Amino acid sequence: MGLGSPDDAVVYRMENGTLLVATADFFAPVVDDAYTYGAIAAANSISDIYAMGGTPFLALNLAAIPSDMPPEIAAEIFRGGMEKAWEAGVVVAGGHTMDDREPKYGLAVVGTVAPERLLLKSGARPGERLILTKPLGSGVITTAYRAGQASPEALAQVVPWMLRLNRDAVRAIHATSARGATDITGFGFLGHAVEMALAAGVRFRVRAEEVPILEAARPLADLWLFPGGTAANEMYFRQWVTFDPSVPQEVRMLLYDAQTNGGMLAAIPAAEMARFTDACRALDQPFWEVGEVIEGEPGIEVVR
Amino acid sequence: MAKVVDARGLSCPQPVLLTRRAIEEGQFPIEVLVDTATSRENVRRAAEQAGLQVQVEVIGDEFKLTLRR
Repeated sequence: MGLGSPDDAVVYRMENGTLLVATADFFAPVVDDAYTYGAIAAANSISDIYAMGGTPFLALNLAAIPSDMPPEIAAEIFRGGMEKAWEAGVVVAGGHTMDDREPKYGLAVVGTVAPERLLLKSGARPGERLILTKPLGSGVITTAYRAGQASPEALAQVVPWMLRLNRDAVRAIHATSARGATDITGFGFLGHAVEMALAAGVRFRVRAEEVPILEAARPLADLWLFPGGTAANEMYFRQWVTFDPSVPQEVRMLLYDAQTNGGMLAAIPAAEMARFTDACRALDQPFWEVGEVIEGEPGIEVVR
Repeated sequence: MAKVVDARGLSCPQPVLLTRRAIEEGQFPIEVLVDTATSRENVRRAAEQAGLQVQVEVIGDEFKLTLRR
């Protein structure tokens, strides 16, 4: 993918025709537990390969560790990352660690994809159904938790979702002929949806009441405990988004909430929804149908 | 005398939390100082959500939000 059409990862065609997919991501802790943090960061980094329809196989650690952090804590971060990578069939070999005040961790990941399995932000076509494979709310919950405003129980609602690989979601998408997909991360559901709609030159109609939102996120959204990234998403992407007046302000903001290792957003041909549903059931992969792709001015309209 | 909340240099959600605390104290108007556009938006929206009138002033690179009942 060239810089003119930004996507989730870089794709490089090798001399034998194989497409190599490469990406890198790292971030500061989103949870207190070092092992869980490492695992979430790894799942998040690997997700960009899945988002392109690829199969990851090799990764390098990228880390910043404070000089006063106990070595056993740092080791737990790396162990969490390595075991999550292993679950994804990815070997972590080496990498680089630097010294910094705030810890950071993630992976540079390489995978391959067959040309006919490539998933692109530009792949959505009018008439297709929009599906989302994880509920929203990780941004507001982790931010509120760090500020002492959310309970451990609230955090526990979101951790399993942040730990979950997007591998099975992509397997289910690949059971269909769908070509339009991306993963939901920092730009939030609406930010990434805008990217897909603009890249494909289509309009998305999203039904706000069908978009899954973690229960624990709702009271925190009422208190407006959103991260700065969520506010930035709203300020930038709102030029392409319209809302039905009945959609509450805090729900609008949850749709913009910056996510950590969020789910896949994909456009599935309507005639293949049954096949997609069967594939998800076989893989024990939840999904929600949240809207459809329509013709019209590129952007998003959010209805009730 | 306006109650002043200086939330400059703080990252979200701290400016919103400090503003909420001042709102609960109930002394209006409240002036909130922030130094990023994201904090300005989050504080403005949180205050509007609480049913308050919000006026935003740009002061150099910073913002002053005046909250009234």
